[in-house]
Amino acid sequence: MTEVGKARRRKEDARLLTGRTRWTDNLQQPGMLHVAFLRSPMAHARITGVDVSAARELPGVVAVFAGQDVAGEQGSLPCAWPVSDDIVIPEHPPMAVTEVRYTGEIVACVVATDRFKAADALEAIEVDYEPLPPVIDLETALSPDSPKVHETGNQAFSVKITSGDLDAAFRDAPVVIDRTYVQQRLIGAAMEPRAVLVSTDGDTFTMWTSTQIPHVLRVMLAMVTGVPEHQLRVIAPDVGGGFGTKLQVTAEEVLCLLLCRKLGKPVKWAESRTEGNLAVHQGRGQLQHIRLAADSDGRIRGLQVDLLADMGAYLMLVTPGVPMLGATMFNGIYKMDAYEFACKGVFTTKMPTDAYRGAGRPEATFAIERIMDELAAELRLDPIEVRRRNWIKHEEFPYTTIAGLTYDSGNYEAATDKALQLFGYDKLRAEQADRRDRGDPVQLGIGVSTFTEMCGLAPSRMLGEANYGAGGWEHASVRMLPTGKVEVVTGTSPHGQGHVTSWSQIAADALGVPFEDVTVVHGDTAISHKGMDTYGSRSLVVGGVAVLQACEKVREKARKLAAHLLECSPDDLDFADGAFKVKGTDSQTTIQELALAAFAAHNLPEGAEARLDSDATFDPVNYSFPHGTHLTAVEVDTETGHVKIRSYVAVDDVGKVVNPLIVEGQVHGGIAQGIGQALYEEAVYDAEGNLLTATLADYLLPSAADLPDFVTDRTETPATSNPLGAKGVGEAGTIASTPAVVNAIVDALRPHGVRDVPMPCTPERVWRALEGGRA
Amino acid sequence: MPRISVKVDGIAYEEDVEPRLLLVHLLRERLGKTGTPAGCDTSNCGACTVMLDGKTVKSCSVLAVQADGSDIVTIEGLAANGSLHPMQRAFHEEHALQCGFCTPGMVMAAIDLVRDTPDPSEEAIREGLEGNLCRCTGYCNIVRAVKRGAQEMGQAVKSS
Ligand code: FES
Ligand code: FES
Repeated sequence: MTEVGKARRRKEDARLLTGRTRWTDNLQQPGMLHVAFLRSPMAHARITGVDVSAARELPGVVAVFAGQDVAGEQGSLPCAWPVSDDIVIPEHPPMAVTEVRYTGEIVACVVATDRFKAADALEAIEVDYEPLPPVIDLETALSPDSPKVHETGNQAFSVKITSGDLDAAFRDAPVVIDRTYVQQRLIGAAMEPRAVLVSTDGDTFTMWTSTQIPHVLRVMLAMVTGVPEHQLRVIAPDVGGGFGTKLQVTAEEVLCLLLCRKLGKPVKWAESRTEGNLAVHQGRGQLQHIRLAADSDGRIRGLQVDLLADMGAYLMLVTPGVPMLGATMFNGIYKMDAYEFACKGVFTTKMPTDAYRGAGRPEATFAIERIMDELAAELRLDPIEVRRRNWIKHEEFPYTTIAGLTYDSGNYEAATDKALQLFGYDKLRAEQADRRDRGDPVQLGIGVSTFTEMCGLAPSRMLGEANYGAGGWEHASVRMLPTGKVEVVTGTSPHGQGHVTSWSQIAADALGVPFEDVTVVHGDTAISHKGMDTYGSRSLVVGGVAVLQACEKVREKARKLAAHLLECSPDDLDFADGAFKVKGTDSQTTIQELALAAFAAHNLPEGAEARLDSDATFDPVNYSFPHGTHLTAVEVDTETGHVKIRSYVAVDDVGKVVNPLIVEGQVHGGIAQGIGQALYEEAVYDAEGNLLTATLADYLLPSAADLPDFVTDRTETPATSNPLGAKGVGEAGTIASTPAVVNAIVDALRPHGVRDVPMPCTPERVWRALEGGRA
Repeated sequence: MPRISVKVDGIAYEEDVEPRLLLVHLLRERLGKTGTPAGCDTSNCGACTVMLDGKTVKSCSVLAVQADGSDIVTIEGLAANGSLHPMQRAFHEEHALQCGFCTPGMVMAAIDLVRDTPDPSEEAIREGLEGNLCRCTGYCNIVRAVKRGAQEMGQAVKSS
């Protein structure tokens, strides 16, 4: 029986489909109070006074606090990734005390008997602000006469990495392409808004929170608040999407814990969507200056990357690490002689940025894949051809790139050939030529993206070298229960990825038990003692392997017990389909029977313990490197600027696949999110620092009507760095699709003199680009 | 405070409600029907969609008092005698949910769509679900599920 590779329908679904859900906001505790936060309407101001007295008098209001009231105990929100020696990590009070630095920063809170009373009471709080100048633009933020976000200035850090002789690469290069791209800020907008519930029995605290990282959060909360770690239990119940936005230690979590401690009562906070748009960390936010030198046949000589990365007002959990996750990825799948990556982190008076699906790698991939198209256009080469001339060939793996990473495996030729065929590339090029000849007002554009990414975060040693505050291992434990059923406890923390199903498949194969006999438990630090949680396309590649290894240890324990009971040597036993068989005989026992024998413990081998369980911690030796080729055809109306995606083909190589259905779903969702960045989404701040996209009426998420059906397929080049051969899939679609779509739009309009359209490529921006091209 | 009576998933309730109370809050906060989630505050996401007298509404855009006298079906009341509605089954078969937060609203909207258009084209499904946002699936499998659910709903009608 092989479960791995099967398109199993998910075990998770039945509950979710019938409304038997445990979203944090569904949960109640006896005597529970409700929290509402007052948020700054100003981007930058000194707080000169807060008067909460009127709010305290309102019916149902239990307590009101301003920053001053908690200043001594609230600590500072953590940044776990000091990427450089020169980094400045400013104090980040969960509730502002003397100064606010972004619109939406918490200045006071109300605790009341219901959520409506709490919200109403916010209006009775008086805050006096003395306005300070906002800092919005990244370039002017670094000029010496800019107003300052923090006293130390607006530069958070600077980093430079060089490899090869860049001067030589650019000197006398026949082709030099120089471009500036803007990665707009994005709002992750997981459909479940955040919520936090904390209760206490006077001794220990239990927090339910809509998080991707219950384990990391517990450690950090203990450090920030001084609540001893062993008296703190964190539970991620059902979590409605994350995409990196719930990979955070939030002000709201810290404050709810403090409020519960102060009041001795359970407290709950549930976010409104508008609050979330304002105060969930945002993604992207980079100004990218890219220079590429090439020979006249299109061979890349060197690449120079100069970034300004928008940190926002503070450094949160991995804020400065996000651009660094792209530092070794701008070279993409290509060979070159020299590479330079320079990045400055810049403080602005906006919501901090942090991880968002892909985190650093979509930004890098966008830049290289866009500029490869510019190189092709410059040399009048087909964009696929220019890529072929530069990519690492299949037989060259493992390959150490110019940026210093060793890509273990890949087959760019196979993925690209398959994608071209599924897409009908030649036919679409012919249609494009035809439309151009006819002067059709609706032009066809073809966009390609041949991406790779570094994921499966991550080898602990490499994280240490990158100055990250923790490791990248993952843990699993596996217990055979007396009746032969299997309980898998994982340190990963799924929020839509279907780990319960996939981990069941892995365990079922490794132990030879039915898929239905396995249950998977996760997301509760009291039950899953150890874990590094879910982000960075790591869960299967690291956590799935831990499950496999724990199962293998259980199997070996079972083998010893079987040998003892069957009176043979362990080496005389064959294991297949869940049964140990003495070679050449009919004598056998199943692993499920052995579970009962271990429980009864009547007849165990000398020194054996009465349990059939084990655990494993897996720490990978390398990152993993999924890759793929995505192709899209778009129709661009040159009169209105409207873009319609006509077809989209994705061939991904994510190595070995445990559940193809789940993999396909991840690719679909990823593509949609990347298209969102290309066409619709942007967190817009005005010159005063007000967020103009605070609701879903202003911040446009793609709907079903905006997207086509995606054609997906795979090639399978196993990862060599882990025993499952898996590479990770959570982020791939998002990384690939944004440049594919923008490349297609520019491709459609290039004959009109257009060589870039800034994202999101709204009809207005496309139209303006056309006007610019005509000028 | 006005008193209203509503039937929700077959159970009759009488409640005194503040005039400003939204139906979604009546369901979630007062009646414990937490199967219906709320994902926004501007009636954009559709997560809160329920059937009110046989037609879908976004329960965040209806006041509880407006629902007085109505018969409401939520995702919790859809499966009859322990067996899933064909549309729920189709969502499961086609892997049309990941985190599942949009799912209650999406399933309700899909059933309404199929009742109006028994054999919907892909385009009709996409247009018809425009008011329901999903951040996880990219909608491909939702579209496939609605097609499959429509077929099975059609068969269920024929065989009954
Ligand atoms: S909660 Fe978003 S539409 Fe009702
Ligand atoms: S499944 Fe997560 S929002 Fe739709």
